[in-house]
Amino acid sequence: MRNFIIRRLLLGLFITFFGAMVVYAVIRSLPTSYVEAIARQRATNPLSTKTYQEWLDQLNAVYKLDIGIIPGFFGWVGNAVKGDFGESWHYGIPVTEKFNQVIWYSVIINIITFFVQIFISIPLGNLAATKQYSKTDYAITVFALMGISLPTFFLATILKYVFAIKLGWFDLYGLTGRFFNSMTPFEQVMDIGYHMILPVVTLMMLSVGGLMRYNRTNMLEVLNSDYIRTARAKGLSEKVVINKHAFRNTLIPLVSYMSYLLPSMLGGSLITETLFQIPGIGYISYQAIIRGDIPFAMFYTTFLILLTQVSLIVADIMYAVVDPRVRAN
Amino acid sequence: MPDKDINQNTTQEDIYKVDHAEEMHLDDARRVKVLSPGMLVFKRFIRNKLAVVGFVILLFMFTFSFLGPFFSPFGQTEVFKGVGTMSKDYAGATYNEELRYTIADGAEFGSSQRTQFLLALGENNETFTCDDQTYYYVNIDDNTYRIMQLEPVAEVILKGFNSLTDDVVPDELITAYKTAEEKGVNSFELDGIFYRITKKNKASIISIEIDVALATLDVYDAYNESDKLMVSSFDFRLASSLALAQNSETFTVGNQTYSIRNGEGQVTILDSAGNEYAEISAIIVNPLDQSVFLTVGYKSTIRQMIINRQSRFSYTHENGETIEYTIARVNKTYNIKKETPIEMIRLFENPSAEHPLGLDNNGMDVMTRLMHGGRVSLLVGFIVIFIEVFIGIIVGGVSGYFGGWVDTALMRFIDLFNSIPFIPMVLIFGSVMDTLEVKPMTRIFLLMMILGLLGWTSVGRVVRGQILSLREQDFMVATEATGIRTSRRIFKHLIPNVMPILIVQATAGLGGIIITEATLGFLGLGVKYPLASWGSIINVASDAFIMTSYWFMWIPAGMLILLTVLGFNFVGDGLRDAYDPKMKR
Repeated sequence: MRNFIIRRLLLGLFITFFGAMVVYAVIRSLPTSYVEAIARQRATNPLSTKTYQEWLDQLNAVYKLDIGIIPGFFGWVGNAVKGDFGESWHYGIPVTEKFNQVIWYSVIINIITFFVQIFISIPLGNLAATKQYSKTDYAITVFALMGISLPTFFLATILKYVFAIKLGWFDLYGLTGRFFNSMTPFEQVMDIGYHMILPVVTLMMLSVGGLMRYNRTNMLEVLNSDYIRTARAKGLSEKVVINKHAFRNTLIPLVSYMSYLLPSMLGGSLITETLFQIPGIGYISYQAIIRGDIPFAMFYTTFLILLTQVSLIVADIMYAVVDPRVRAN
Repeated sequence: MPDKDINQNTTQEDIYKVDHAEEMHLDDARRVKVLSPGMLVFKRFIRNKLAVVGFVILLFMFTFSFLGPFFSPFGQTEVFKGVGTMSKDYAGATYNEELRYTIADGAEFGSSQRTQFLLALGENNETFTCDDQTYYYVNIDDNTYRIMQLEPVAEVILKGFNSLTDDVVPDELITAYKTAEEKGVNSFELDGIFYRITKKNKASIISIEIDVALATLDVYDAYNESDKLMVSSFDFRLASSLALAQNSETFTVGNQTYSIRNGEGQVTILDSAGNEYAEISAIIVNPLDQSVFLTVGYKSTIRQMIINRQSRFSYTHENGETIEYTIARVNKTYNIKKETPIEMIRLFENPSAEHPLGLDNNGMDVMTRLMHGGRVSLLVGFIVIFIEVFIGIIVGGVSGYFGGWVDTALMRFIDLFNSIPFIPMVLIFGSVMDTLEVKPMTRIFLLMMILGLLGWTSVGRVVRGQILSLREQDFMVATEATGIRTSRRIFKHLIPNVMPILIVQATAGLGGIIITEATLGFLGLGVKYPLASWGSIINVASDAFIMTSYWFMWIPAGMLILLTVLGFNFVGDGLRDAYDPKMKR
């Protein structure tokens, strides 16, 4: 087991390294860059004494863009290993500081979504599986597939249209209300929570379907197995059969599924955050990427790659934790 | 192999059911008929209601997107223009504040006289002199002055008459003067000549009145062009002014008799035949464009509207055209605006019979754009899935078939590829295409390539897994024993067996690609104007104004995406169940 974990960790590091290199190469070979935009801006300034080319050369030297892609990447890795990810060009503060400011919005929203999602999709998935091909099953399947089939932006816009504009229950944008600054700390928390309802509902509706169907498939598989037949033959009540014997065995794939959610939980949700103008990591990194902010984009993508690898390893470990059979091998 | 067995079992089961229903003999020839695997899948698929619903939805979407444009009378980028009205300044009206002079025949009343007259008017002097001439003016009514030149004939000092001309003062004049003085008037008539008495120091001067000019604030408009001369003549104006001042109903100029009809704020003069002859009013109406001629009737309508404080009226012109006008007051002037028809792009037009889903923010037919957008969205989906399957089969097939270090290397490559975050990469490529200003059509193809290249790994994995299990089966041993070429073994014997699961994978994947493409379109990185895709059509909803006011611009596109993806998912689900022998129904 230990050998396996060590091997997985090494592989994860290897993949992170090369993944980051690919991303770095792509960003560096972009035909236009943040630096060019700044140089153009400064060169057109009437007080400027330098030409565009002079500015460009100087800025390239400052931002270490005058060296080749490979040395540049190794320079970046060298600093990154020491925890120095540089200063965000677009936001003007250290990347990690900006990241620290914004990540919590995303994390809170995603954790709430995660729990709501589990509380809805697991019981529904079980229900659909136990009543396979019934009307309930069809209804739940259609509902789940609807959730999967909805584009995020359309769902978010529809929700905004209905609940913010037509019914006027929520604000259209933002995370805080108008009188946020004059509120007591408790009211402030309530206000933020109130503004998070629509984003959470959006994310929940989109993700609930996948988990529900996954749970249904697993449950069906388990229900077809021999030990369930044995349990029924023993004369156990249906409730005990489903909740104790069947459901416990669906937890194994469920746990691994949840660890795959880790990257999406910490990676933020670009579209939802953009549409509701929540300054979470998804929105902030989108702004950074489209402006060619290399330090931030590199940090964010590397973070995502690393997170994916971690989630894969966690899934493997969780398998072992949940299922004794895996541990034996 | 177990798969095959179960397959056959179910086949026989099915046949048994059929037999039972039709009561066949054991040796009936039909008993031997075995359903082909394809037929079996088809039957299972048909039995799944959701899958059929999904199939119908997809059928509708394909007809809508691929055949729809042929039936749509409009083009994808056809901009609809309509005739709208726009208020344009047409004429101006104002109360006349400047005296207008009508000069009598043979008389002279130049600017120096006018200045002196205005000075006298200001100082309330009845007489004024200019160039050694003495003038006298009378207020006919509030805003009309009759200006006369005085020709002194006699001077009366202490009741003694001195002639100021060469002639002797006639007795008749003296008598007439005396009667006038007794009555207390300062003018009299004698032998058709008017005399005026003015006081100068202690002397009174008797002078002959000669009409010089008429100064008035009134504006005269002749109904007929030919009468203009007459209407602007001194005699006509004098006679009409006097008649107005005396409130008489008729007056005579030359041998013509005119009657007066008093309107509100303006006076109409009728000729002897009772036809409208001229208008008198205090309001000047002028066209803004000098080339336009305003008829008197039109002017008089405007005057009436101004006096009645109306802000809107319509007037039927001589050519029978009725046009709406609005009157806007700015300080002392009134601007008459004409509702001029101009060509306008019909933006945001609500749904109508002609355009079932209205017109969008560029004046294009939303319905037609949805059809063409559907074409792009569906085509992107199909081509991307084709690219994914193509690369996936090659990499997965090679990896699964050869195994060993090739497998390990390719799998690590897939891991690496998978680790690259999808959205940031697509964002970067999208902005690259933005800066390179790629043409909209090329952009669609590049987009397909990028999506395909970034998404093939899951297909590759599935193919590899499937081939790994198939490789060990008996029929593959048989191909090896018969010495068939490797490439033929992979592509002729292995891949067809992977096909079912690939079809399921691809169908479900199509929905995902359509969503991705729509999301990119929504972020403005996908298909660009003027070409449409469903995502780029919804893009307008990011403008809160359009989102709140024009539902027909974005909700239909969203519903189409939802339905299509739902259709693909239903069909994909149905296919998976149909191919999976374990899913007994």
